[in-house]
Amino acid sequence: MRHPLLLLLAALVASGLVALAAPLLNPYYLDVLIGVGINVILAVSLNLVNGYTGQFSLGHAGFMAVGAYLSAAVSLFLAPAVFGDLADAGPLRQGTAFLLALLVGGGAAAGAGLLVGVPSLRLRGDYLALVTLGFGEIIRVVFQNVEVLGGALGLNAIPAYTNIFWVLASVAITVYVVLALVHSTYGRGFLAVHDDEIAAAAVGLNPTRYKVVAFVVGAFFAGIAGGLYGHFKLTITPSGFDFTRSIEVVVMVILGGMGRTAGVIGAAVLLTLLPEVLRPIAEYRMILYALLLILLMILRPEGLLVRARRGGPA
Amino acid sequence: MSEFLQQLLNGLSLGAIYALIALGYTMVYGVLRFINFAHADLFMVGAFLGYFGGRLVPSGTLVGGLGVLALAMAGCAVLGIVIERLAYRPLRGAPTLNVLITAIGVSLLLEYSGQLVLGAAPRTFPDLFPAGRFNLGPVVVSTNQLVVIGVAVLLMVGLELIVHRTRIGTAMRAVALNPRAAQLVGINNDVVISFTFGLGSALAGAGGILYALNYPSIDPLMGVMPGLKAFVAAVLGGIGNIPGAALGGLLIGVVETYVGGSAWSTYKDAIAFAVLILVLLLRPAGLLGRVTVEKV
Repeated sequence: MRHPLLLLLAALVASGLVALAAPLLNPYYLDVLIGVGINVILAVSLNLVNGYTGQFSLGHAGFMAVGAYLSAAVSLFLAPAVFGDLADAGPLRQGTAFLLALLVGGGAAAGAGLLVGVPSLRLRGDYLALVTLGFGEIIRVVFQNVEVLGGALGLNAIPAYTNIFWVLASVAITVYVVLALVHSTYGRGFLAVHDDEIAAAAVGLNPTRYKVVAFVVGAFFAGIAGGLYGHFKLTITPSGFDFTRSIEVVVMVILGGMGRTAGVIGAAVLLTLLPEVLRPIAEYRMILYALLLILLMILRPEGLLVRARRGGPA
Repeated sequence: MSEFLQQLLNGLSLGAIYALIALGYTMVYGVLRFINFAHADLFMVGAFLGYFGGRLVPSGTLVGGLGVLALAMAGCAVLGIVIERLAYRPLRGAPTLNVLITAIGVSLLLEYSGQLVLGAAPRTFPDLFPAGRFNLGPVVVSTNQLVVIGVAVLLMVGLELIVHRTRIGTAMRAVALNPRAAQLVGINNDVVISFTFGLGSALAGAGGILYALNYPSIDPLMGVMPGLKAFVAAVLGGIGNIPGAALGGLLIGVVETYVGGSAWSTYKDAIAFAVLILVLLLRPAGLLGRVTVEKV
């Protein structure tokens, strides 16, 4: 990437063009594309934690839930108070309100990531996996018990702000931030922590700090993805963000090759499209995922969609 | 006061089950240094073996109940050994992360094949043992609770004897201490690891039946929550430490039961994780674990 910022700008302009062309497209394909985009954001952000930094988190759905709930709450309760009635407002006012909601959702998820990360990132490997899983479940139980946010029934009638432009632009920004981060001088530390924590500490890097930063950034984008999801589905319930949701994202990261953004994007696209194509075997999907995980780890642990890596990040 | 004692009894019988599951986590961690995610699902398989086995024997008899218990334990032991052979052994020496992901895969495979074959709807677990309740002073005791506590205590004593008084138990401890040195003195690590998986899985199977006796609604995902809590129990006691797992299980069971009986009852399922976070912050090695410093 010689001109990353230029590429980001190009990607944003391209999202705008796709959005302009959207009325010409089949609405079903458009919906599928939005689902793909949200999953790409989730997978790429989790890849920063699980892939580049080598810390296995199983709680991504929890952060997605925080983002979805908080941004929906902003749109439902806060935005009408600040911006007045938005139902008939112009795209600019709606867009500002949505941006605010997304940023609040992402920020809250990042905050949750910090709260979860600081105590749990002192652990490694399987401990960390179980603790993040536990936190993901706690977040869900808490939302189930908060009556203001609908309790177990969840929130509905969320305004339908999510469209193809917001999703593609968020994808572009997520990919840009993650890649720019790991390719920066500072970001080499993530890979150092991944490769050898003790050696990283020996050359003066603070492994815990890197892990927390990766975790918080990952959580932020999971929150953004949650916000997009909520304003796309218009209804969110705590059970929609359970453990299987986290597993889906983890499978995308592993299939694509941990620490390989291009592969992870490919896997996210593939695994979102597959169930759409193979509707008849939907009930076998989780079994398929399970077998895929086991066989990949035994036969091809570096991931399916990329060649084995030697040295630096891709 | 009587409610306090009643809750203590309920907590201990729940805790005894957590302890049985936690023992399996801790033993496997001892020899292989990884957390066997699929352990919680062997617990579920144990309950279902009990459900189907219960149809073969007259219900409500002690002999029949114990027979079904033995059957479920044997079935789970075999399944545990097969899982280790097929999924974990090819990864011996691979990075921990790969083994962990495989374990998650095995766990999901058991859960969702269970849902496909057995259906996701919960089933009612039969009365395997003679059912009844009687008053012991101010406390109501059900025979199922007695069975749970009795069987759990017997199994734990048996485990203690196996680990400390038999050749294979000595070999297990040797492998846990230092796998390579164990090999040098002529221990076949693969045999020991298979045995450990079998033993741990049998305990999980017994735990599944005992759990289903007290909470007689079983489904393919029933292992997830008890499994997580038992894992917390193993960490609380100090992972890799067998008496620690038993102690941790009892503590988690009692705490959870008291919280469940208080005004905070809707947070009952979250309490184990709160305990986990406290342990990790205050005493990461667990109550009975030794603090070790990692060397380069």
